[in-house]
Amino acid sequence: MTLDRVKAVAESLLFAAGEPLPMRRLIDVIGAPKADVKRALGALQAEYGGVHRGVRLMQVAGGYQFRTVTAHADYVKALGRNKPVRLSRAALETLAIVAYRQPITKVEIEAVRGVDVDGVLQSLLSRKLIQVLGRKDVPGRPWLYGTSRQFLEIFSLRNIADLPPLPEIQEPSVNPYAETDPQAGQPAPTDPEDPESGGSDVAARRGDTDPGGTGALEWTNGHATGDQG
Amino acid sequence: MDASPSYRVRLDVFEGPLDLLLHLVKKNEVELPDIPIAEITDQYLAYLDLLRQLDLDVAGEYLVMAATLLHLKSRLLLPAEETPEEEEQGEDPREDLARQLLEYQRFKEAADRLLCRDLLDRDVFTRTPEEAAPGPREDAAYNLTLGDLLDALHDVVTRTQSAQAQHIELEQISLRDRVYAVLNAVRARGVVRLDQLFAHDASRLEVIVTLLAVLELAKTRMVRLEQEARFGPIVARLAVSPQEPMPQALEHL
Repeated sequence: MTLDRVKAVAESLLFAAGEPLPMRRLIDVIGAPKADVKRALGALQAEYGGVHRGVRLMQVAGGYQFRTVTAHADYVKALGRNKPVRLSRAALETLAIVAYRQPITKVEIEAVRGVDVDGVLQSLLSRKLIQVLGRKDVPGRPWLYGTSRQFLEIFSLRNIADLPPLPEIQEPSVNPYAETDPQAGQPAPTDPEDPESGGSDVAARRGDTDPGGTGALEWTNGHATGDQG
Repeated sequence: MDASPSYRVRLDVFEGPLDLLLHLVKKNEVELPDIPIAEITDQYLAYLDLLRQLDLDVAGEYLVMAATLLHLKSRLLLPAEETPEEEEQGEDPREDLARQLLEYQRFKEAADRLLCRDLLDRDVFTRTPEEAAPGPREDAAYNLTLGDLLDALHDVVTRTQSAQAQHIELEQISLRDRVYAVLNAVRARGVVRLDQLFAHDASRLEVIVTLLAVLELAKTRMVRLEQEARFGPIVARLAVSPQEPMPQALEHL
């Protein structure tokens, strides 16, 4: 099979699947050598990476998936078909803790947040943003939680290691704990070439924003409902 | 815990005692390890008082933190040599609290940054698997309209009219009999094309009664009417187990 054909078939599969397709699956279905599929995907990514494209080929949740460009979000929203996941502040903070500290127990989450997280955990579980990974081998054998595949898809992450590093505290000079925190198992830094950050312009715009006071926050606060219990 | 009224507090501004403390630390423009415990504690308690004045229940966690702060404050007031033995001498008793606050602050920021990512269905969109692979059967049963049924009836009527015999006799066709006949046909084969239920030489009355029988069976959910494709044949599918008895309503037709 020629590379062009592998590319075209891969394009069909990615379009038809909708959900992220792992490389393994693409190789199996296409029946071409891994190197060819890889090159085809690279070529597709480059093709769809063009300025006048409305769709990009992203790496998400361990697979490849066509996603609309961020610049067109308002247009797609106007179709009114998709509803973004709405998370309360409590849910979002809990989700962040689970994401960076997984596998983690409820008690450990509560130690960080300083509040009971029963209701929030249930809400995150029912929305399939987190999942039970097993039980911790300590007295009481509490459940261990981790993030789900859906979490990766929603937050445009390739895998958990793709999470940006846990933020350092602003006052590093007066903070002896930030560097020595033994728990700070930070995931590897994000690849700057990361295709799913949606283009460098977006990455820059987002990266420069002070997350504390942006419109993005209003988005949650405006819809924060009922996650506390 | 959720059900207890004391946990009803959902302050718009603060997510919990740590959040409130962080706010106070920032408001006082102090650096985190050096928390002025006395002032912060006073402010913290004043805030809890305010909540009570507003008639809000204060969550237990806020009270636990108040106790922790008061404990810290009292320890800091004591001369160093009188601190309890289990604590190492020289260690700042505020350290634990400061560490907890810093840790919490990191995750607060991490949460903010998560929100700034390209969120699915907010910033980026995909084809959903539902759209990619629509299930034809269930939907087909739904989409079948009365108009479709009438069209099918019209087809049958026009077809049978031409083959109509000329002599006229009084036909005795009971709806109940037709219901049984249709149900038996569907039971036997599971799925029957609607037009196959009508004999080629069926009289107009027979066609109408048979259609009524089909409708009665559909109404009582004994059979399901489906159309696999637009303009395709309509089929009657047995919607219950073959042993399912005739519903009472149909017995008394």
